[in-house]
Amino acid sequence: MADQLLKLSAAPGVSYEIEVHQSGSGPDLLFLHGAGGLFADDPFLAALSKHFRVHAPRMPGYGQSSGDTHLRDMIDFTLLGWDIADALKLHKPLLVGHSMGGMIAAEMAAIAPDRVERLALLCPAGLWMDSHPVTDIFAALPFEFPTLLLHDPEKHGSLLSSGGDFDDAEFLTGFIVENSRRMTTAGKLLFPVPDRGLSSRLYRVKARTQVLWGSSDRLIDPAYAAEFVRLLPNAESLLIDEAGHMLPYEQTDKVVNALLGLHN
Amino acid sequence: MKFTWFNLMPWPHLPDNFRTEYRSVWVDIPTSLYDPVKGHELYNVYLDELEYAESLGYDGIGVNEHHANAYGLMPSPNIMAASLARRTSKSALVVLGNSIALYNPPIRVAEEFAMLDVISGGRLVAGFPVGTSMDTNYAYGQIPGLTREKYAEAHELIRRAWREDEPFAFNGRYTKLRYANCWPKPIQAPPPIFIPGGGSLETYDFCLENDYVYCYLSYSGYKRAKQLMDGYWQRVQDAGKDMSPYRAGFAQTIIVADSDKEAERDYRQHVDYFYNRCLHVYPGFADAPGYRTIKTLKANVTSQMTSAAVGDVSSMSWDQLVNDGYVIAGSPDTVVEKMKELITGLRVGNIFCLIHVGDMPKDKCMRSTKLFAEEVMPRLRNMWPEYANDDRFWIHPVNHAARSGVAAVAGA
Repeated sequence: MADQLLKLSAAPGVSYEIEVHQSGSGPDLLFLHGAGGLFADDPFLAALSKHFRVHAPRMPGYGQSSGDTHLRDMIDFTLLGWDIADALKLHKPLLVGHSMGGMIAAEMAAIAPDRVERLALLCPAGLWMDSHPVTDIFAALPFEFPTLLLHDPEKHGSLLSSGGDFDDAEFLTGFIVENSRRMTTAGKLLFPVPDRGLSSRLYRVKARTQVLWGSSDRLIDPAYAAEFVRLLPNAESLLIDEAGHMLPYEQTDKVVNALLGLHN
Repeated sequence: MKFTWFNLMPWPHLPDNFRTEYRSVWVDIPTSLYDPVKGHELYNVYLDELEYAESLGYDGIGVNEHHANAYGLMPSPNIMAASLARRTSKSALVVLGNSIALYNPPIRVAEEFAMLDVISGGRLVAGFPVGTSMDTNYAYGQIPGLTREKYAEAHELIRRAWREDEPFAFNGRYTKLRYANCWPKPIQAPPPIFIPGGGSLETYDFCLENDYVYCYLSYSGYKRAKQLMDGYWQRVQDAGKDMSPYRAGFAQTIIVADSDKEAERDYRQHVDYFYNRCLHVYPGFADAPGYRTIKTLKANVTSQMTSAAVGDVSSMSWDQLVNDGYVIAGSPDTVVEKMKELITGLRVGNIFCLIHVGDMPKDKCMRSTKLFAEEVMPRLRNMWPEYANDDRFWIHPVNHAARSGVAAVAGA
C-alpha cells in the first residue's frame, strides 16, 4: 500500500494537495470516502484491492490533503473529483462513494454522464425526505458515534476511534481536533441539511448504478435507497442486513461481492 | 470607566427538573416551556429595568442577540434598542450586537444600526459578533466552515455602506448588490464598534487594525478571564498600539446588597437558577466543527464531551461561584474592592454589568442596580485618570436631541 501526494493546480491562486491511497491490481476503482474519512489500514480498501486497482483520494481537510479553504459548495467538490480522476489518468473507473463520498460520486456522474458507466453508492448522502430526517451528526458527540453509525457497536466500535476510547479525555481532545478538520470540510456539503440539489440532477446519470444500504442505518434511513432508485434512470438497490451506516466496514464481503457483480 | 447595564432577558420559569428532563437550554428546547402571556409581562419588566438603569446614571444600557435560547429572549436586539431609543435620552444604546453573517443581505444591519443611531441622536454602540455556534450554526443554519469568511465580507459591506456617499456595486461571494445604498446614514461616522471575542488571535488583530473595542463576554468571571485578557494586551503591545483600557470590555455578574450576608440570603437562589439551570447547554451544540479555526481549537479544546461529562448535573454552589469570581457579590465595600481587582487586573475601561441574574424579580433587581449606581460606580469612576480624555471608543451624541412623546408634537 502506497500513498502519494497529488499536486493539483486549479484556478490562479488555487491549488490542492491530495493524498491518494493506491493498492491492488485489476480494473480501476475510484473510491470516495465518507465524512469520517479513511481509516487506519482501511479494511474495506484492503478487501477491494484483492479484486481492483483501488484509488482512494482523501478530500482536503482529511489526512495530509490540503486546500480545503478553496472548497465552498457542491460544484467545487464535484469538479475536484474530476480533477483528481484526470490527474490519476483514470478512464471510466468503477466509481464508488460512501455517504458524503456517494453524494460527490453521484454529482460527478450527473455532471459528466459519459464518463461513468458503473456507479456504486453506499448509503449515500445528498437527498432529504421530510418523512425521514437525516440525523444531525454535527450535533452528535463522539461517544455517540458508534451507536449512531454501526449495527454492532460492540464488534466494530474501535474502527471509528482507531482503537482509542471516546470517554478518555486526553484521547478525545486529539480526536476532536482531527474530527473538526474533517467535519469542517464535510459541513460544506452536509450542514445543516445535506441537500445541495442533487435530486434535480440525478436524471442525467447514465451509469448502471447500484445503491447499497445497511438495513440498520440510523444516520440516513434505508428509505433513501428507494428514493435514489426512483430518481436515477438505471439503478437498483440492495439492503444488506446486520449493517448500519458504516456498511462497507460491517459487511465488507457482501459489499465487495455486489461491486464485483456490478463490474461484470 | 464606562458602565453598561445589561440584561440577557432569561426565561424565569424553567422547571426544577429542567436539567434532567431537557438536554439543552438552547437550540432544541421546546417552546411548550414558553408562555407568551407571561412573556408580555416579562418583556415589559425587563425594558423597565433597562430604563431604570439609565435614570440612575449608567453610561450604557445593553441588549444582545440570541436564537432559540431560553436565557436570552432577544432574537432581535434592534427591536429592543428601538423601544429604548424612544424612552431614554442619555445612555448609550449598546447593541452587542448584530451577528452580521446572519442578515441577508447584511446591508440590513447597516440600515437598522443607522436608524437606531439617528433615532437616538447618536447614542448607538454597534456590536458585530460572529455569534455563538448555537445561534449561528445550529439555530440559523450557517455552514460552520464558511461562517468567518461570510462575517468578514458582511463587515466589509457594512463599513463601506456607511462610508460611501454614492451607491456602489458590491460583488461579494455571499452577497451581490448592484446598488448598495444605505439610507439613512448614521450620525456617528461610524458608531463605536464593539467586538465580542473568545481568545483567538485573529479577533485580537481584527480589533486592533480597526480600533474596535475587544469585549470578552464570559459568565465565568474575572479571575478566569485573566489569561485571555493578558493575551489580548500582549497583542496590543506587540502591534505598537496605545494601551488605552477603553480598547477592552468585560462582562461580569454583579450583586450588591447592604451586606455580604444579605447578598447571599436574597440572591443566591437567582444566581443558582442562572448558573445551574440557564447555562445547561448540550455540548454537541457548543462548537460546530469548523466554527473555530483549528489553531484556536488546539489551544482551547475542552473535554466536556465525554458521556460522563454530559451526564453530570452537579451544581455550582454560591461559595464556589463567589470565591472563584464568577459572581461579584456583597456589600458595596466588598463589590468595590473586587471590581477594582477586576478593572486593574484585566485592564478594562468598559464593564458590562450583569445585574439582572436568572429569575431575579424586579424589586430585587432594582435594589442591586441602585446600590451599584450609587455606592459602587462613583468609587470606580476614575480608575484610569490618565485616559480620562480618551473618547475614541464611546458615543458622540448630538448636542440638542429631539424630544420624544406627544407633548413634543403638541409643542407643550
